[in-house]
Amino acid sequence: MRKDSEEQIGEIPLELKADLDPELVEDFISDAREQLENIEQGTLALEIDEQDQEVIHTLFRAFHTFKGNASFLEFTAISQLAHMLESLLEGAREERLRINSVIIEIILKSRDTLQQFVDEIEEQLTGKKTRQIVHIPTAALKASIKFILTGDSVVSRPASAPNATEPAQAPLKEAATPAMSTDEARTAGSTYKSSNALQAVKVATAKLDGLVDLAGELVIAQSLIVQNISSTSLGDHSLTRNLDQLNRISKELQRTAMSMRMVPIRSTLQKMHRLVRDIAAQQKKKVRLVLEGEDTEVDRNIVEKIGDPLMHMVCNAVDHAIELPERRAAMGKPSTGTIFLRAYHKSGNIIIEVQDDGVGLNRERILEKAIKNGSLKPGSTPDDKELLSLILQPGFSTASVVTAISGRGVGLDVVQKNIAKLRGKIDIKSVPGQGTTFTLRLPLTLAIIDGLIIRVGGRRYILPTISVRESFHPGSCAITSLPGGVELVEMRKELIPLLRLREYFQLNESPADARGGIMVVIESDGQKRCLLADELVGKQEVVIKNLGEVFKTDPMVSGGAILGDGCVGLILDASALVHLEHASSELKLAI
Amino acid sequence: MSALFLETPASGKAAGKYLTFILGTCAYGIPILKVREIIRLLDITPIPRMPEYVRGVINLRGKIVPVIDLRMKFGLPNTTTTNRTCIIVTHVVMDSSPKLMGLIVDALEEVYQINPEDMEPAPDFGKSAPTGYIQNMAKTKGQVKALLNIDQIVQDDHVILPLHDIAQATAATTAATSQG
Repeated sequence: MRKDSEEQIGEIPLELKADLDPELVEDFISDAREQLENIEQGTLALEIDEQDQEVIHTLFRAFHTFKGNASFLEFTAISQLAHMLESLLEGAREERLRINSVIIEIILKSRDTLQQFVDEIEEQLTGKKTRQIVHIPTAALKASIKFILTGDSVVSRPASAPNATEPAQAPLKEAATPAMSTDEARTAGSTYKSSNALQAVKVATAKLDGLVDLAGELVIAQSLIVQNISSTSLGDHSLTRNLDQLNRISKELQRTAMSMRMVPIRSTLQKMHRLVRDIAAQQKKKVRLVLEGEDTEVDRNIVEKIGDPLMHMVCNAVDHAIELPERRAAMGKPSTGTIFLRAYHKSGNIIIEVQDDGVGLNRERILEKAIKNGSLKPGSTPDDKELLSLILQPGFSTASVVTAISGRGVGLDVVQKNIAKLRGKIDIKSVPGQGTTFTLRLPLTLAIIDGLIIRVGGRRYILPTISVRESFHPGSCAITSLPGGVELVEMRKELIPLLRLREYFQLNESPADARGGIMVVIESDGQKRCLLADELVGKQEVVIKNLGEVFKTDPMVSGGAILGDGCVGLILDASALVHLEHASSELKLAI
Repeated sequence: MSALFLETPASGKAAGKYLTFILGTCAYGIPILKVREIIRLLDITPIPRMPEYVRGVINLRGKIVPVIDLRMKFGLPNTTTTNRTCIIVTHVVMDSSPKLMGLIVDALEEVYQINPEDMEPAPDFGKSAPTGYIQNMAKTKGQVKALLNIDQIVQDDHVILPLHDIAQATAATTAATSQG
């Protein structure tokens, strides 16, 4: 540790030694990411109140921990930089130094540099990159920190201070070293306290998934036992009572296991602060980001995947929606634009709203563009909702439609695609001159779907309820056969291609008569298909499980689920089914 | 945990304990470290439109595990299942990530310690069927056992049927059935 206090101004390469324990490095990475996030949030808070001692202390502690962890693994390049920042914040803490925008910029830049190191280490550790010595420039940053530190103390130095040698370093070294030891004691105390307050355990997701699997199996095994017992000994009251108790416990266990996958959406939302700040600064706009409902819990898979689409949307809001301060003032709006980012639960979904008070969407131009690129026929009059949702389609660069600003216009169609992958929806509301609200509606978890269980032959399959439109007995509809084996079902003046699942699954058991069985209409990507199954078994919430790589190539089966009796049911993918060979989009003939 | 999923070297003689089992008239062996557990033949959910030897998936205490029939895979004549037929659940390495895979075999034998001096490289059988999966031949107690490289078996292109093949196959069958 002591070695760290000897500052080296030059570039230090970083090497991931072959004999390093990968688990230690993994711990370092996960801890570093946490610290980096703290640092970013802290620095942005500091930007608002430069004298906030608590925040300064938090930052100091974060860099201190960073330094300690890095020097333990002999990542000297990292520990050096962290150490310099620690000294910088120490200066601020002891009020030898005033935090100003220059220092904040340096802290943010250093944070990004540290992040680069961590990313690089992670990539090399996981084998995404070959192991090699990492060269990430740190000298310039260290030099400017040094300049601030020394410049503010006794000696005033010219800007060439980075190249300064021994004499300048000596006093600082002495100043830094004794301070260190007292701080270490203090820091140790406070980290101890904070870890007590948190009372959280980090668990590998694989273990968590294993627990969810086993809890599900427990519920199944228990219900099988109950069926066995209840048929033989109905009169035994204490047995019934005990079984009920067991039932409650296992259900509760399953629910608790599932809820352990849920995490607050906080960190994803907080990341947007930095983004808003950077883009706003770059475009000379004044933008305030207001977060609401950061504690809303959602499945960690969703938290991970929602980050990118949200970032696109927030980017767009700052870039295209919020006007320049002068223009805002001219329109009678406050010169600082506001973006609200809200998260809340509503009827089993999580809702995320991105609301800005900017220009709003220009409906005439959307209409014009839609007619031009053929997504609308000239003369058609879509309702407002349809019109606005056009901007989510490919080829609608928001940059050229909504505002005239060109540049980093990110296609909203990508956002739409990502959200659809998460089985979510986007709604848009917009008032010209007053702003736009994008509302994302997402399921709370990707692990569970509401499924309709159908029987085909001796097997049960699961259709996601979200894509099922209706079901009816085939006796009540007309089936038209076309040459080439295409069959169409007429339903309320619409012709829907028929897919006989028995034949499609190549079941050689006695083929079902189309008059028996049940028709299920599914819809996906705006296309419909009518499936002929043998029977509707019921509705059930099922936990989606991966079938393993072997079956990856069959697009129609998107996964499996354990059914109530312990058997595996296959989940059918609606979008693959509607895109099967005969389901050409031109079959929607009006009669 | 992942350290246990040893990837069998492509060549060379890996001495150690092997679980041996019977398929038809021959005995085969796989490294015991690749075996997770052995279970009786339970209800298998078939996956539509898969090659015949991919028998389907099973529920292994909440995990879904694919099961392949080694007898069919090796092109051996089909026999009825007996009460000795069982599933060996193995750790396999596919695309450099560990997976579970069930193998249906006719019967288990036992676990043998096989020493390097008992092993011989698999003879070159030409291009005929399952020999590519045989890594070594082992002689124990006067019997010859084929030591399999199970990673190779699942890695084999034929397990993962290319998508367009499936599509073409179905197109052909659908056309045939609808005409008939």
